[in-house]
Amino acid sequence: MAAETHSHDHHEETFITKYIFSQDHKMIGKQFLITGMIMGIIGVMMSILFRLQLAWPDKSFPILDTFLGKWSDNGVMDPNIYLALVTIHGTIMVFFVLTAGLSGTFSNLLIPLQIGARDMASGFINMLSYWFFFASSLIMVLSLFVPDGPAAAGWTIYPPLSALPQAMPGSGMGMTLWLISMTLFIASSLLGALNYIVTVLNLRTKGMSMTRLPLTIWAFFVTAILGVLSFPVLFSASLLLLFDRSFGTSFYLSDIMVGGEVLGYTGGSPILFEHLFWFLGHPEVYIILLPALGITSEVIATNSRKPIFGYRAMVGSILMIAFLSFIVWGHHMFVTGMNPFLGTVFTFTTLLIAIPSAVKAFNYLTTLWKGNLQLTPAMLFSIGLVSTFITGGLTGIILGDSALDINVHDTYFVVAHFHIVMGLSAIFGLFAGVYHWFPKMFGRMLSRPLGYVHFVMTFIAAYGVFYPMHFLGLAGLPRRYYTNTSLPMFDNLADINVIISVFAIIGGLAQLVFIFNFFYSAFRGPRAPQNPWRSNTLEWTTPVEHIHGNWPGEIPEVHRWAYDYSKPGADEDYVPQIVPISEKEEATGH
Amino acid sequence: MTTLLTVIVVVLAVVALVQIVRIFEIANVLNKKDEEPKDGVGQPSYKENDIFGKVMLFLGVALVVFSIWSAFKWGAYILPQSASEHGVETDRLLWITMAVIGLVYLITQPLLFWFAYKFRGTKGKKASYMEHNNKLELLWTGVPTIVLAIIITYGIITWGNIMNPEFDEEPIVVELYAKQFGWTARLAGEDNVLGNANVRFIGGTNSLGIDENDFNGLDDIVVNELHLPVGKPVLFKMRSQDVIHSAYIPHFRLQMNCVPGEVTQFAFTPRKTTEEMRRDPKVIRQINQINNIRENIGEDPYDFDYVLLCNKICGAAHYNMQLKIVVETEEEYKQWLKEQTTFAESL
Repeated sequence: MAAETHSHDHHEETFITKYIFSQDHKMIGKQFLITGMIMGIIGVMMSILFRLQLAWPDKSFPILDTFLGKWSDNGVMDPNIYLALVTIHGTIMVFFVLTAGLSGTFSNLLIPLQIGARDMASGFINMLSYWFFFASSLIMVLSLFVPDGPAAAGWTIYPPLSALPQAMPGSGMGMTLWLISMTLFIASSLLGALNYIVTVLNLRTKGMSMTRLPLTIWAFFVTAILGVLSFPVLFSASLLLLFDRSFGTSFYLSDIMVGGEVLGYTGGSPILFEHLFWFLGHPEVYIILLPALGITSEVIATNSRKPIFGYRAMVGSILMIAFLSFIVWGHHMFVTGMNPFLGTVFTFTTLLIAIPSAVKAFNYLTTLWKGNLQLTPAMLFSIGLVSTFITGGLTGIILGDSALDINVHDTYFVVAHFHIVMGLSAIFGLFAGVYHWFPKMFGRMLSRPLGYVHFVMTFIAAYGVFYPMHFLGLAGLPRRYYTNTSLPMFDNLADINVIISVFAIIGGLAQLVFIFNFFYSAFRGPRAPQNPWRSNTLEWTTPVEHIHGNWPGEIPEVHRWAYDYSKPGADEDYVPQIVPISEKEEATGH
Repeated sequence: MTTLLTVIVVVLAVVALVQIVRIFEIANVLNKKDEEPKDGVGQPSYKENDIFGKVMLFLGVALVVFSIWSAFKWGAYILPQSASEHGVETDRLLWITMAVIGLVYLITQPLLFWFAYKFRGTKGKKASYMEHNNKLELLWTGVPTIVLAIIITYGIITWGNIMNPEFDEEPIVVELYAKQFGWTARLAGEDNVLGNANVRFIGGTNSLGIDENDFNGLDDIVVNELHLPVGKPVLFKMRSQDVIHSAYIPHFRLQMNCVPGEVTQFAFTPRKTTEEMRRDPKVIRQINQINNIRENIGEDPYDFDYVLLCNKICGAAHYNMQLKIVVETEEEYKQWLKEQTTFAESL
């Protein structure tokens, strides 16, 4: 109710309260998206730089001198900066693009609009969430410019490597800034997530029962719960690491000699850090993936002009995946030397995830079946997501099996697997979301032809980059190698590396099409109608021009679930949620 | 000059994009007379649906063709059959799992892209209203559950056999010692017991920190190239001096992290000597391929050797931590062992 009264007192909005310190969820969503896009550009450019090194290790690229400065000698990059690039690429893509950029954007934009609320439960906390994220991004970017270079111990920052500045230059100032940045990020994530949970539970409009929520909201809601339960653990892990680094404690360190000097640490264990890290790290995979799956559910149903198949099974599988995600972290640690019995347990729990995942994949397939598919760019990206989700999910059955993981652990097979199942699926979900809700965000339409060009190029490049990596991994090539030229046994893999890098460059260029389309259309695109996709959900009942409080009059009441597409007896092939059930309709249980 | 050209190309590309978009906009304006945009304007025309339905079909076919082609083309790079006893079992499990997921892949991907094509929007079509079907849900919950139950059981048994192996004879104990950036191996000597060690004992020629007061350590043998007898069980004990490393020997399907402050272990039995591996047809093919490439870039020819790699990010030279391992007959091994100096002799 508080939000409702709030919306009626009209006070003048200045530029600062409207665009910068905005408390309006729609503006905050856009802020997350644009910050995420900028971070994404940095992350992707880094990957192209290190792909140049991997494909042509002995060639000189003047472009490397331009970007890397003292870290590049006559166009050949330094091994330390190679590790820094993969580390920051991973950090940025996982946290800044696919967590904040995806969940931050769409949870903010869609939760109040799709459940029928004036705004988030707390607009102020929501604003803080964005500004913590902004500060976090700023510090992460600034860390690229410190004299010893940014953090370089891999995005998983395992100590002792990350704890000891003597072990690598990136573990000095760069690592300190990484930890500060991530602490702010965790604060941002928690503020956001608490808000999402409270909003979904308390601010649903009349008639919007939990079983009538669109699957997007279910996904964002469960994602927020995962975040609240797992990010604090990363915070404690970082805190202990900070103690070890700065105050001489030995939580993670023991019996170490580095740079010819024996250090005083004793009794700690790096394995403890790995447990804490992956207790966040594995749910984090689903914090990234679930929102993308939620977006896909909505986009596929709308554009198939069919109800999402098996709504309850879809919700059930989200809950099941979320639950299992907390008891599988050990599969990242099969070969750390932990008790082999744990390997048995984690193999069992990990492979169980394949069951709810299979349910989701088959339900998507069945939703497409006998549909009247409107192949918008958003729809194509969603179908692309289903494809990568299947491909990447299947190789998970190999990596989750401890006996098989022994040989492919930390090889390119893993790189292929997680980039396809988590990276590509989530980024496809992000693109699907942007194409689908751009009219809601900016009141204008994105160019469809450019969207098609973007999809086709991105899809081909995506498989071209990551599919061949399976073979590198099965050939035994370890990841995070600056070059494999010192190991003749891998000399025959050079052609695969070249192919991957060429596709990476094509994929990077394809994103320019998207960025152009995005900014051009935001200002010059054709004006959007209220309901451009003839969709059922509530956000399409709000006016095209954003107003504070979302609906000009009363918040509409909801009479049905979100998926009454092509319902027999209805005149149109969609029935918005605000339309009351008519007498000639069959009751469907929702 | 290059910069100037790049700038010109980028500017031209942007101009081209602007023009393309303008054309579509003008076409839209010409087609539509009224001012107010209509609901559903975002939905593609039937022509677009038709084109992109076919594009999706093409992408699906391309994906499947590419997958099959790459399996033949790049399958040749995959590691040859395991040179360790347990690895044979691992390989079998791998290829059974691979067959299962390959089958699922080759069913679901074509279906997905076929559906995208087959059910593309056409004029006057109405989608069928299907909410759910419990029988179908049960089918695709049940079948994966059964298949996974088999894979899980097989996997767990294999894992148990690898981690808790039963050998007919006592395994040869060898320490793999990692530091930035190199490996050292330590054989346990005649008593087959490694002497105590700690980084605090490192000094002079004692580079592994072996405790000089521990009697067990005096007959230990420290080497920079490890020899092992074929067919005899070996127990590797891993230690690290500074950061986490990982002992990875791809041809043995063997990997275990080396964690500072702890001792980890992995037991296995090599089943082929280095010489036998060099005569393996798949290895010969791979070596020939490699040597053709090396000849083109003016490098010396290479012959197969077992090599221990580091597989956990450990710093600048992570990519270049190698230890050569030679597997030979027991006689050759004993001969080699005689030529090595013990820790006591090195003091």
